This record gives sequence, C-alpha cells and structure tokens, in this order.
Amino acid sequence: MIARLKGNYGSGIEALTYAGQNYMLVDRSLIPEILQVLRNEEQFDYCVDITAVHYPAREKQFDVVWVLYSHPRNERVRVKTQILDGATLPSSVPIWPGANWLEREVFDMFGIKFEGHPDMKRILLPEGWKGHPLRKDYGILQQDNEWVQINLGIESGQ
Amino acid sequence: MTDPNTTLSPLELGSHDKTYLDANELVINMGPQHPATHGVLRVILRLDGEKVLGLECVIGYLHRGVEKIGEHRTYTMFNPYVDRMDYVAAVSNGLGYCETVEKLLNVEAPPRAQHVRVILTELNRIASHQLWLGTHALDIGAITPLFYTFRDREEILKIYEKYCGARLTTHAFRIGGLQYETYTGFEKEVTNFLTFFRPKIDEYEELLTTNRIWVERTKNVGKISAQDCIALGVSGPVLRASGVKWDLRKAQPYANYKNFDFEIPIGQNGDTYDRYLVRMAEMRQSVRIIQQAVDALPEGPIMAKVPKVMKPAAGEVYHSIEAPKGELGYFIVSDGSTQPYRLRVRPPSFANLQALDAMCRGQLVADVIAVIGTLDIVLGEVDR
Repeated sequence: MIARLKGNYGSGIEALTYAGQNYMLVDRSLIPEILQVLRNEEQFDYCVDITAVHYPAREKQFDVVWVLYSHPRNERVRVKTQILDGATLPSSVPIWPGANWLEREVFDMFGIKFEGHPDMKRILLPEGWKGHPLRKDYGILQQDNEWVQINLGIESGQ
Repeated sequence: MTDPNTTLSPLELGSHDKTYLDANELVINMGPQHPATHGVLRVILRLDGEKVLGLECVIGYLHRGVEKIGEHRTYTMFNPYVDRMDYVAAVSNGLGYCETVEKLLNVEAPPRAQHVRVILTELNRIASHQLWLGTHALDIGAITPLFYTFRDREEILKIYEKYCGARLTTHAFRIGGLQYETYTGFEKEVTNFLTFFRPKIDEYEELLTTNRIWVERTKNVGKISAQDCIALGVSGPVLRASGVKWDLRKAQPYANYKNFDFEIPIGQNGDTYDRYLVRMAEMRQSVRIIQQAVDALPEGPIMAKVPKVMKPAAGEVYHSIEAPKGELGYFIVSDGSTQPYRLRVRPPSFANLQALDAMCRGQLVADVIAVIGTLDIVLGEVDR
C-alpha cells in the first residue's frame, strides 16, 4: 500500500514504523487526496480518532493525527501532517461522518479549524471560553477567569 | 375511478412526514440533570408532536481535563486517573493504559499477571453489563432487574475489594504487571462466583427476553445499520448487534486473549432488543473466558522488569482494547522524559454517543430514553 501511495505521490509521503505500528508523515497539501484515497481505494472505512500534538518550538507548531482502521483488511494506519499555527485543514466529515465530533474536539482543545465542517464549534468546553487548553502554552491551572466570574458568579474555580 | 391528483390517498393522510393541526416544530430540552441520561448529558430535541425530527447532544459537563493532567504527571502517577473515566469499568481502562505504556517501554507482563488481568477485566465486563442492564431496564419501566443485577454485581466488587482494597476505582494493574499477588482462595472464590452467576443470567433473561412490554419497547427501536455504525465510528456491542463480527479481543488480540476459546455474539437487526441480546450473550462468553483463565492460572512472577523511573524512548504508540463499551484507545507520544508529551484517550462512549441522532430520528420521545440506555454511555468517559 505504502509503495503504491509513494509511487503516486512521490516525496510528499514518508512511511515510518515505531513499535511495530505503521504511520505516515504526509505533506499538508496532499492531505485531502490521501484521506480520500485511503477511504475509497484502500478500504480504511473506520476513522478511529483524530487528534493533535502541539510543539511550540517548531515553526509548524502542530501535528495532526488521523488514526484509521480498515474492517476488511484488519489493519491500522496513522496519518500525520504538520501545520502552522492558525492554518486550517479540510474536514473529513464527508469521508467519515464520525469525524464530526473528533474534529470539534481538536478545535476545542487546540484551536485548529476544519474547513467545510458542518458545525465547527466547541464541544467539551462552554461556548464563550477563551483559550485552547491542550496547547503547551496553556498552564495546567489556567482558566478563563472572566467566564467563570460571569457565568458561575464565583471569583475563581480553583 | 378516483383521480389520483385530486384525492388524497389514505397512505398520504396517515403519512408521518406532514404536520397537522398547525402544530409547529417544538424544540425541547432534556437534561443535563435528568435521571435517564446516565450522568450529565443534555439533549436538545426537535419534535413534531411525539416524533423526533432530530437532536443535538451537548456534552462536557464532566470535563476534568484528564488528557492535560496526563501531560503533567509521570507515567506511574497517571495510572489511577484512568479509572475515573469509565468509572464502572475502571479495570478495563487500567488494562488499556498499562499495555500502552508497556508497548512504549517495550516490556511485556509475565504470563501469570496476564492471566489475572484477563480474569479481572472480564469480571469487570460482567459488572459493567450488569449495571447497564439494571439501569436500562429501569429507564424503560422494569424495576426488578436493577435489584437482581446490583445484588450479583456486589459479588464481583467483593472480589475486587479483597484483591486490591477498592471496589470501583480499583487501580488494579501496574505498568509491567501487577502490584499484588492474588489472595489465598482467589481461584476458589472466582470459580464460586461463576457457578453462582451462570443461572443468574438465565434469571435476568427470564424477566425480560420474552416479556411482552420489554419486547415492544425495544424491538425495532433505535435501529442502525452496519454501514452507518462503521461510518460513524461506532464500536463494541452496538456495532456487533448490527451484525458486524468485530471484537478487538479476536481481531487484534491483546493481553493473552488468543489463548482462550470464546465466541463473538452478534445480532442481525441492530435494534435495541438485539443489543440487549448481544450483551447478555457476552456475559456468558466472559464467564467462559474467566473459567478457562482460572483453570490454567500459571505460577510465576507477576511483575516484569521495569525501571523505577520510567523514561520511554521518544516515539509514539496507539493501542486499543475492547472495553465493555467498545474500542478504548490510548495514543501516547513520548519525548524521552518521565512524563508523556501528549496523552490522548479515545473513549468508546464518545464515538457511540455521536450515533444517537441517527438512531433516534423518526422515533418517539420515549424511545430516546431507550436508545440512550442501549448505547451504554458513561459521561465520565465521554467528557474526560
């Protein structure tokens, strides 16, 4: 599979293995096409998870990771891409409807927007909250004091 | 002969797609404080009379930032936290987490530890299904199953209490194996429980399986097809009830499940009744697995060689197990330090809850309660 993808897309894909698990590092520009190909031609019909990792020291600050599984092939693969802070990604809801909440969670926690998502809003945190907690520059005790004071009527949630 | 263009056919008059008597769509709110939402789940329902046109879930009321906490604790310190996600299946959460870190460290728990892990995890599957059955039946109006299941679940909790001192948030496993050797008489007590429990499943089934009220409230309610399940990322008993024979214990065996002989029960219709049957059959299969594990419990060490200060080499691992509710995955990125650089939990309830809208459309309001129950969600896990 990797060889086939590499043949078609060349150097935009780097195939890696760690602890016996396959994943590929894909160039941001290839993402819409690769996800489509994985779903339709390689039979990865189950989008297990979408998440991100924040590396504040890097120029491209975020890794976005898709964990995919194929029921017909009983195989897993992870797709990883690097994006700049503030950059957007295409939504994969048209490919896997189950990506809906997963993408909303990535937006909620990291502030990464998915274009074409039917309802791009926060999912776990309340709507008016400021900040995206899973970024590395968000402290573990940090909170949106203003929100807490207005909505809960207390000085601090700590 | 009547002209079809001028006369309404009886079918059209009775069609559910039309709104009569000038009734407009009604938007009502259910929860977050509602006994049938199994925690704090808010559902916004769009109704036409009694019929559900669509719904939206509002979640996050139990969000505690488990992933963020994980990034600020060492691997060992974070272990008890995972019990607080799916708090009715704490042992399963622990198994998934310990195995993921073991993968990062490249160690494997010794055979005896693996066996004990399987016994405790399968007991937990039974306990989780019992809690589901009791509350689900209560929501639909049957009170008795709750007393039966809680009475029997107590026996499992007693085994946990004797083994590790805790009943719910057990922290039963350690990275690399187990901290505690089994207590004297452990095998005997587990076997006794199995003998006690086998007829109890029949007892539950006697109350419900052919009960007319139960059948009418669950058959053809909350139907979902196999394709829709897969597209929505649904896993676990909900997926299997739609006819997909997929269980991670068989598909990608972890722990030492490949040594045990068991079946994967599946349903055909993907309705609430089939999901009930699948979970009942799963309890029977769990009993089979536990019996085999107890009979073949090997002697030997219970802890692999793991460093006191765990510093897994830089790398990333995704590992998932078949929790009672479906695929529970952990994605951990290590940067070589004592704390995970990124710790992501993929909870089964989160993905399964997303299917609620698809399952409830066209059903009645009362069926929403049945469908929330049949999904077997735990909000502690949905919100983390």
